[in-house]
Parts: sequence; C-alpha cells; structure tokens
Amino acid sequence: MSERLLETGCHAAALAVRSARVDVVAAYPITPQSSVVETVAAMVEEGTLDCRFLPVEGEHSAMAACAGAIAAGARVFTATASQGLLYMHEVLHLVGGGRLPMVMANVNRAVFPPWALLVDHQDSLSQRDTAWLQMYVASVQEIYNAIIQGFWIAEAAQLPVMVNFDGFVLSHCASGIVVPDQEVIDAFLPPYQPLWRLDPAQPSSYANVTATEYYGKHRASIQRAQEEAKPLFAEAAALYRDHTGMWDGDLLELYRTEDAEVFVVAMGSMAAEAKLSADALRERGTKAGVIRIRVYRPFPAEALVEVLPEGAAAVVLERNYSFGMNSGILAVELKAALYGQKNIRVFDRVMGIGGEDLTWEYMARMVEDAVQGKEATSWQPA
Amino acid sequence: MNVHPISFPQKGVSGQTGSWRLERPVLNKDLCTSCLFCWVFCPEAVIDKASLAIDYTYCKGCGICAAECPTQAIVMEKEAASS
Repeated sequence: MSERLLETGCHAAALAVRSARVDVVAAYPITPQSSVVETVAAMVEEGTLDCRFLPVEGEHSAMAACAGAIAAGARVFTATASQGLLYMHEVLHLVGGGRLPMVMANVNRAVFPPWALLVDHQDSLSQRDTAWLQMYVASVQEIYNAIIQGFWIAEAAQLPVMVNFDGFVLSHCASGIVVPDQEVIDAFLPPYQPLWRLDPAQPSSYANVTATEYYGKHRASIQRAQEEAKPLFAEAAALYRDHTGMWDGDLLELYRTEDAEVFVVAMGSMAAEAKLSADALRERGTKAGVIRIRVYRPFPAEALVEVLPEGAAAVVLERNYSFGMNSGILAVELKAALYGQKNIRVFDRVMGIGGEDLTWEYMARMVEDAVQGKEATSWQPA
Repeated sequence: MNVHPISFPQKGVSGQTGSWRLERPVLNKDLCTSCLFCWVFCPEAVIDKASLAIDYTYCKGCGICAAECPTQAIVMEKEAASS
C-alpha cells in the first residue's frame, strides 16, 4: 500500500533517497537543507536505509567523496544550498564534465553578501555551465518524484541531476504527499548498472592530463549529451506515471496557454503561485497563461519556441540577477532561444530576491506593468 | 557508450621519453647494496627490480634515483650531443 503522509520538502527529499535505495550519501549541513541529510543520517542510524553516510568537513569534500563513490559504481546523493553549492563549484565541473551520474538536492537560498537565509535562485543559476542537468520543482510531492526520476534520468544520460527547490517555501512547509510502495519504485528504478567503475584489479586513472585533441572531443561529447538528455525527462515521467499513477515531468509545465496572449515565464514555487496571477489577469480581461520552466539545463529552447505564438508577450519573472546585463539570467536565455525563430516581445522582472514574498497579486500587477511598457522596477522591492 | 575520461596505464603511452634525457643514470654495481631505493623512487618504473637494469628507452633522466641512492652508486653522466 502506498502511504499518504504530511511531510516537509526536506523530509520528502530524504524519503526519496530511501525509496531510490541510495548507496552513498556524503554531505555537510547548511540551512535550509540540513534536515534533508539529518533525516537521511537518522534513517541510516536506525537501519531503515542500507547506505554509507559520510559526514565530511565541507561541501567541496562532500562532492569530491560523491565523485569517488559514483566512480566506484555506487548510487549517490547529496544535498546542499547557497554557499555550500558555491563552495562545491570546482567539483561540480568534475562530476558534470566527468559524466558521473548522481542526484543532488539544492535547496535554493540567496547568496552573500549580505548574509541571507531565504530563497532566491542565484545559487544554482550560478552553476549553469557545470554540465549538470537542472530541474526546478514547485511542490513537495514533486520534490519526491523528481529525485527518484532524477536517478533514472542521470543514469540514462550519464550526467548528474540537480533538483532545485525553494528554501523554506518548499523545504520547511509541510504538504500531503503520496509515497508509493517500495516494490513500485523498485520496478521503476532498478539497481544502478555502471558502464564502468574504478576497480583495483584493473587500475585506471580518471580525468588525467589529456592531449588537446582528446580534450576537445570529450568536451564536445558533454554538449551532445545535454541535447540528447532532453527527451529523457518526458520518458522518465511517462514511465513513472505508469508505475505510480503520478505525473510530474517534461521540460515545461503549461497552464492556460492554449489561447493565451500574455505568457508568464517562471521557475520554482513562484511559477505555481503565478497560476493564480494568470486567473486574476483573465478576470481583468488579459488572456494570460503560465509557462513553468521545470528543466533549466538542458535549456528547453525548442519547446519554448513551439509554445509561444507569433506576436505574443512573454513576461519573465525571476529570482536572480545577471549582474552587468541589466536583466535576470532567464530572460537573457529566453531571448537567445527565440532570436531568429519568432517575433515575441520579452519583458523581464527581477523579484523575490532574498526571500521577498511573492503573492499572486504582486506578480499579476508586475505582468500588467510590463506589457503596458512601464519601466522595470526590479531594483525596488515590493 | 564510451563517455568517461578514463585512462589505463601502458608502457610507452607518452612515446619514447628517453629522448628527453640530458643526463643518464649509471649504476656502479660495486657500490650497490641492493636496497632498492632507486626502484622504489623511480617515477617511471624503468628500473628492473631483479637486475636493476635501467631501461634507457623510457628513462627521462630526472635523477631521482641518483639523489636517493644512499651509497652514491648511481651517478648522472652527461649525454653525448649526438645521441
């Protein structure tokens, strides 16, 4: 029997780690992620999860230990947030570029300075080019589902997956979730079969000094693998639905987009709230819809071009800055994806920085202001 | 699917590195006590453990064996300009 539970996002992540039968977790605690790894550590201690838990001295070591464990053939998980993710940056390149499949939960939190504990997306978007696949989820159930699907996708793509969810909004707020039977998850996610593993009986070195000719070929293969990973998200989601009856998947989540003229484009929990903004905008006479970008890397350029009709307005609402670009990161990428494809007016509103509360009313007003051509006031908080 | 940057050790994988050598280590067996320090320290594993023969095809002439030898049984001799 599947279980219906009341759980926080952090606990849902830990339950997903148990359901996925993870072999190794190496982690260092950081707010608001700590209760993910604390819960995993408790499961290992009480014997409900057969897993090696490595409490290391920092996030750089955590990711390095993960890299070694994957290379030895284990199924591996870690969790971090904010400064912890930034501290991992060097090793993220090793794991991403080294084609080491694992899943990391990143609980989105603002970066310093000044010191801040609440959500924005600056931490994970700053890791854009490390070759990790990045998902942004919008509910506690989706945290659980995305982590389990993440292992399937990572192992199929031979690339690591970062599951991002909003600090406190999702990590610490409890929701009702369904946890399927272990046999159901086992049928969806069989044990990891590595293509290759470190083996003392057949000594080899990993990512050794390489001649330019081979280096360039390897880097190009990472880019190809990113493109080839795009269909895997829908494939994993469809298979997961066959086994569990739950749907969370694909590159984009669409809400009332069929006849829309104004499209709100956003990621994470604010994109779920934006559905209420779209409803309100429609009551006021604007045909609004929402595109939630679930998968940020690989960037769903083709899917966005397909969804947005010629002449539409796209208003990007985003919790990050691309400093020096007078914009957020997502708007820059959306414009790049649309360039030469379709004539779409793209507006950008940076908001929700450092945990600023984003209500549907505020976001609806920002969308109206944007399409009316008002100056962006992204440097002024709500 | 060959996607991982893995390398396996094999002899001569970087070519005939003996051509890099400016000085060659020469062993004087009269002073040698067979302590095997040279064999242990050689970074290229070109010293044979049994005979202590040095494989000059791959020895790069780094001189670590001569520096580590406790009885100065190995000396570095300048390579001839023509070789």
